Amino acid sequence: MPIQSLKGALRALLLVTIFFAGVWSQSTGVIDDFIFYLPDVQYLAVQHLWLTVISGSLAILAAIPLGIVLSRPSMTRWAESLMQVLNVGTTIPTLAVLALSMSFLGIGTVPAVFGLFVATLLPITRNTYTGLKGVDPALMEAAAGIGMSSNQRLLRVELPNALYVIFAGMRTALTINVGTVPLAFLIGAGGLGELIFTGIDLYDPVMMLAGAIPTALLAIIVDALIATVAYLVVPRGVNPSRA
Amino acid sequence: MIELDNLTKVFDTPKGAVVAADHISMKVPSGEICILLGPSGCGKTTTLKMINRIVQPTSGKVFINGEDTTGMNTQDLRRNIGYVIQQIGLFPNMTIEENITVVPQLLGWHKARYRERARELMAMISMEPDAFLKRFPSELSGGQQQRIGVARALAADPPVMLMDEPFGAIDPINRAVIQDEFLKMQQELKKTIMFVSHDIDEAIKMGDRVAIFREGKLVQHASPDDLLAAPKNAFVESFLGEDRALKRLNLVKVHEVVSDEIATVSPGDTLETALARIDDYGYQNAILMVNDQRQPVGLITRAKARTTKGYCRDHYENVPGTVTLDDDLRKVASLMFSQDATWLPCVDDDGRVCGQITQRAMTHHLGSRFRAREAATRNPDSAVKE
Repeated sequence: MPIQSLKGALRALLLVTIFFAGVWSQSTGVIDDFIFYLPDVQYLAVQHLWLTVISGSLAILAAIPLGIVLSRPSMTRWAESLMQVLNVGTTIPTLAVLALSMSFLGIGTVPAVFGLFVATLLPITRNTYTGLKGVDPALMEAAAGIGMSSNQRLLRVELPNALYVIFAGMRTALTINVGTVPLAFLIGAGGLGELIFTGIDLYDPVMMLAGAIPTALLAIIVDALIATVAYLVVPRGVNPSRA
Repeated sequence: MIELDNLTKVFDTPKGAVVAADHISMKVPSGEICILLGPSGCGKTTTLKMINRIVQPTSGKVFINGEDTTGMNTQDLRRNIGYVIQQIGLFPNMTIEENITVVPQLLGWHKARYRERARELMAMISMEPDAFLKRFPSELSGGQQQRIGVARALAADPPVMLMDEPFGAIDPINRAVIQDEFLKMQQELKKTIMFVSHDIDEAIKMGDRVAIFREGKLVQHASPDDLLAAPKNAFVESFLGEDRALKRLNLVKVHEVVSDEIATVSPGDTLETALARIDDYGYQNAILMVNDQRQPVGLITRAKARTTKGYCRDHYENVPGTVTLDDDLRKVASLMFSQDATWLPCVDDDGRVCGQITQRAMTHHLGSRFRAREAATRNPDSAVKE
């Protein structure tokens, strides 16, 4: 009961806060200011999403096969060192990666996509590798013992059992990706960063928030979207969210 | 039939070469269960896994039904060998139906055929198909999972099965149940089975033959009875345990020891007749009283017959228990100990008395094998002395 009533109280408080925030924003004209930026937000959000979709899908297409290759028994000797190289790659700040790729690829969409690709690659590769390595050795022995070839083992046993972990990697990576896209504006690739950085430069908080809030919302939506796909795609027997 | 010919495995370790299996040669005739038994690290599992090449042999050959498997494709070889492991290894991402039809699918069966097979298999392991086929392994108990593991191995009806401590991770009560079920299945299926175990009682119960391993070498390969009666050396003897004579009780059935000579009285006889008959047959304590259908009803004790007059039907005591021809001696001994009896009447399927089993006969039967062995070992010694 106490917890129930506490929850109720918090919910009421939240509603009241939202109400007064609405009243405040209406009275100060912030809402009108936001509406002023709406066409920009729409245009830039689409651009923003495209950057995520392209760099993200390229990263997924590259990272999963890479993780699979690294997890093969014949690669055992090299796998950890290669993962370390990727780890070092991730410690470089994304801004620096973007700057570097700009110095090689010029300005515009291409270097931005490349920079985002690099930033997104590692979490997916890491999770694919760890997920595959984490498959119970007894399963692998059973699979081999009943006569599955190594490809059949990969497709029927290893990947389905690692899928949940792989999806977790994609969730992290793509959420970070959406949050990093604003930096791409700095090398001329557009996206919601245009509103954020211009807002900062002009000391215009409303403009900045008009970029920042949709970015945050996009990140949440992408996260929820991938969670839903994982829920549907990962087989029920190995899907903790469906257990 | 499985035949191993000088099968050897040498592992290269940083500390040097380790011989895990040293020139193992043995045969398992078709339809028999051979238990590979030994302490851990003795090479039994390595030997088993060389048959389906989970462990690649260093040298030596494996023949299955007379055919040399050396040249066979590994996948084809494995699909024709049922494989059950201790960790069960059901695929958690697949339903029970998908799990047990994996091998038929790999072999390219039609969907209708393998789905039908899944139902057959479930019936065979006495699990309800409709209740279980669509469930996932994580929703089953350990015992149920291992039944499914066995069903998966049997799915494509392979002539040969390899089982690596299949019931080792199951609690003792369930283990005994699954062992019994498996033996019952085996009576119909007549697979040729190699079975790794470290449990001597399991080996005696399940094995037609038992192969004892030590440090990579096959020490003794014999029927459980021979093994218990005549262990080859001190290692085997100590491995079997000091109560090995008692373990043989499991292996001997009542009908091997029963004596069909038994005197009885009927309820209408007088106690005098009973006493006379007790003395005639040299019984020490009592005589059995049976009804018209020769079913045991009670006991007339010597003390009672001597001191009392009257009819048997008024002066009998309860029968301590009866045994059937198919019981093993372990059950008989247990009954004798708990009832303080030196003999028990033996009844047939209709409950009619058909003989008796005495402690003397049991000890004599069990002891004869040991005495035969002692005589055999003593003679060569005396020959040497001469």
